[in-house]
Amino acid sequence: MSVVGHSPPPFFKRGPAPLARLLFFVSLSIVLLVADLRFHTLEWARLGAATVLWPLQRFAYLPVDAGMDLGDYLASQRALKNENESLRKQQLATANLLLRQEHLDQENRRLRALLDMKERQPSEGRIAEIIYAARDPFTRRVIVDKGTQAGVEAGQAVIDELGVLGQVSRTFPLTSEVTLLTDKEQAIPVEVQRSGLRAVLAGAGAGAMELRFLATNADVQPGDVLVTSGLDALYLPGLPVAKVIKIDRDNSFSFARIACEPLAGVERHGQVLILGRRTVPPLPVETTATPDKPAKGRKVKRKH
Amino acid sequence: MQPTHSSRRILLPARTWFIFLTLVLALFVNLVPLGRFAIFPDWVALVLTFWCIREPLKVSMGAAFVLGLLMDVADASVMGQHAFAYVLLAFAAGGLSRRILWFPLGQQALHVLPLLLGAQIVMVAIRLAAGGEFPGVLWFTGSFLGAVLWHPLTYLLLLPQYQPVERDHNRPI
Repeated sequence: MSVVGHSPPPFFKRGPAPLARLLFFVSLSIVLLVADLRFHTLEWARLGAATVLWPLQRFAYLPVDAGMDLGDYLASQRALKNENESLRKQQLATANLLLRQEHLDQENRRLRALLDMKERQPSEGRIAEIIYAARDPFTRRVIVDKGTQAGVEAGQAVIDELGVLGQVSRTFPLTSEVTLLTDKEQAIPVEVQRSGLRAVLAGAGAGAMELRFLATNADVQPGDVLVTSGLDALYLPGLPVAKVIKIDRDNSFSFARIACEPLAGVERHGQVLILGRRTVPPLPVETTATPDKPAKGRKVKRKH
Repeated sequence: MQPTHSSRRILLPARTWFIFLTLVLALFVNLVPLGRFAIFPDWVALVLTFWCIREPLKVSMGAAFVLGLLMDVADASVMGQHAFAYVLLAFAAGGLSRRILWFPLGQQALHVLPLLLGAQIVMVAIRLAAGGEFPGVLWFTGSFLGAVLWHPLTYLLLLPQYQPVERDHNRPI
């Protein structure tokens, strides 16, 4: 038997030497890495490969699915009863708000019309279910069961009943990938509900988030609720995002270190709502002199 | 081939379709969604290492690259991450194959452990450089489990080669 790793006699054709092959494949991998990380040019290839892998993936999911179904089936009546009770209580608690919603909506519309503001865009949603958490341990992502065929696009916001969950980062024909807010590369513009202070909330990994770039004397308190500010033209304003849990005002750093905790069940499984893309009125064209238009009205428009 | 080089038993040659089948099966098991903190071994890496050591002329870096790309897509990780790690793994396993096969199975596992760990460390290095999150020390348990499974895995994957050449129905075994 011949020895691998040593140069073969010419009459045994065995292709290039192992080291040459290693160099070839390693450089190919590095090219792929750079192309994907820096230029994001490989999405089409990923889409193709994912479509081929999809049946296998679906098939692999079957036993897990069956196990979950069995667990649901065996859920005791007591648990269901408890859940029913708590849901009924919750419904009563929110009934007041829900019943007045219609009335408030109409009133709001009238007042807005009075103020000559464009109506806030009503955003339609699409219910999807989280199938599983992505296996990649370096990021925080989940896979949901609605894809491009259901009209999901990359960039759409995803919420659950408690608050913002994340953002669709990649779509496949039948599924899409949602990057959770706790992912290290995910950021969301927020404002403090109590004081209206605007800031950027970024994921910190390990299920936590931090409020970045706020001065050490910023008006933030533990327990403050952060809501989306809507400045990014992506998330609707006013959606609850996170709660401040700890503030470290150390003067030796230029910014306060503010740890937050997501409000939505970010690391749990369940049903989510994928919000439709928000269309934002284009910014007004800057003109040097517009004496015929009152400046006040324009200001109001911009705020919205 | 022999089970180990020090053994005197001669095995049947490995069939290419069987190698292919086991690699696809490993990929399939890897696709089972177990969530983020699955501490199970990376089956593709394990089976790939096995065939790179047993059959370095049939399975080597080309197969490793293709499997790595498939894993990258299935895992939703960065393209090239698994491919890079698997190619290095296949190179090391292929180069060490003649040495490893001289050892009994327990000591083979001790050789395989650093290979698997090395592949995981390469992946961590790539992702941390790209701004990812450290997955925690528990993630490396997979390699240790893989090394523990080396003995049963070798037995399972060599099973078709243990068959006698001529089927004799009168013989008890």
